[in-house]
Amino acid sequence: MFLIHCPNCNEQRSEDEFHPAGEGHIKRPDEPNATSDKEWGEYLFFRNNPRGIYRELWQHTVGCRKYFYIKRNTETYEIYNTYLLNDAIENNDSGGPI
Amino acid sequence: MQPYSALSLFKHSLSHHKNWQQVWRNPKPKSHYDVIIVGGGGHGLATAYYLAKEFGVSNVAVIEKGYLGGGNTARNTTIVRSNYLWDESAHLYEHSLKLWEGLSQELNFNVMFSQRGVLNLGHSLQDMRDISRRVNANRLNGIDGEILDPQQIQEIVPAMNCTANRRYPVLGASWQPRGGVARHDAVAWGYARAASALGVDLIQQCQVTGFEMEDGAVTGVKTSTHGTIRSEKVGCVVAGNSSVVAAMAGFKLPIESHPLQAFVSEPIKPVLDTVVMSNHVHGYISQSDKGDIVIGAGIDGYNGYGQRGSYPTIEHAVSSILELFPNFSRVRMNRQWGGIVDTCPDACPIISKTPVENLYFNCGWGTGGFKATPGSGQVFAASLAKGEMHPLAKPFSMDRFYDGSLIDEHGAAGVAH
Repeated sequence: MFLIHCPNCNEQRSEDEFHPAGEGHIKRPDEPNATSDKEWGEYLFFRNNPRGIYRELWQHTVGCRKYFYIKRNTETYEIYNTYLLNDAIENNDSGGPI
Repeated sequence: MQPYSALSLFKHSLSHHKNWQQVWRNPKPKSHYDVIIVGGGGHGLATAYYLAKEFGVSNVAVIEKGYLGGGNTARNTTIVRSNYLWDESAHLYEHSLKLWEGLSQELNFNVMFSQRGVLNLGHSLQDMRDISRRVNANRLNGIDGEILDPQQIQEIVPAMNCTANRRYPVLGASWQPRGGVARHDAVAWGYARAASALGVDLIQQCQVTGFEMEDGAVTGVKTSTHGTIRSEKVGCVVAGNSSVVAAMAGFKLPIESHPLQAFVSEPIKPVLDTVVMSNHVHGYISQSDKGDIVIGAGIDGYNGYGQRGSYPTIEHAVSSILELFPNFSRVRMNRQWGGIVDTCPDACPIISKTPVENLYFNCGWGTGGFKATPGSGQVFAASLAKGEMHPLAKPFSMDRFYDGSLIDEHGAAGVAH
């Protein structure tokens, strides 16, 4: 059971207030019309799915309803930190391995 | 291989059962194999068995990091059925169901396959439309299926609350009489025993840590305990760890690994002699021969490799089951566990060649791979032996995520595992 800190509400809440929304930091191709089928397929479906450090998109579904990132470990289930969407990755490497 | 029969049981009883042969050999790995299967679960062992039995490739090793059948094979809710919507998946699962029907005889090992029927409940008008579409599609594909009304369901499952005054009333169901359950461990053990007898080397406690490659083709695997083992072809059947193994070979998969939970109750008297599943309230339940009520929950929405699930998911599954069976409210749960399932965006497996030559993957079975064990093993063995994909496996290529020919089975696979 996760206890998650919502960086927007600045509150520590239980897992069932939140909803995971898949891998974070996936960039939509800049020019969809110039994108090959392979690139588009990779953008839509292919994921890193690591065993270990993972940055995942979550929504505070029954709270502020805003999306944010969680940096956590998929093996130990440790949460390193949470940060807002407009925060760069580099600013959020504290609290655990990168 | 010592055959199992009533006669052999009697003969061995005379010597107090002290002279039974070991069920499989525990060999030292050779330096070279024709085919290496990574992953000693049901699917991997079935692949090795069919390679040796039907395709004459017996210089095969199965490499398993833990013990045989110790992953999802030991953790599922053992349901077997083939009532999938689309032709591609219906043919694959039906192929598998037909193999199940003769499996105990084929392996000379009692896999306790019990065709007690599977009910998929409908609780809304849309559910019933989907059910009638799926049953009709099944029948066109030669798969048995019927649509039942609440009264017929009540006759099959007297213990279930089929009255109309529920929050989610049971409006009807699809019924596949040939579906049922099997003894999950026995499937792995039966395949392992038969494969070992045909010369397949089963290497346990040996983790694959990387691949040997030359010119974009795989030539062997690096292992944790036995160094490098060379092989012409490598087939990976590693379920929840598929992405991790693919990363060792340098490519990504369209797979996310999620924890999926199940739990069993204390043994109680026979009360449920069929399998009941409900997409709508999201639960599935059966009773084992021992008497335990076997309940399956949903997956946790987040990625995880921890082989344990979260409490909200348990609570959700239990409330769904109590909606259907209020009389189970005081049944005590005995054990709860989680397995890591490899889910695909279209809820269908990947049985495919990969960007690395001679490296094949059989993965993405998600929440419902157990039922496919024999069929998956056979078509994967055929593909490995011939170097080209079996016709039943072809639609499940990884390329479908590039060209868009997805096979959307969320309706048939969404809850029903």
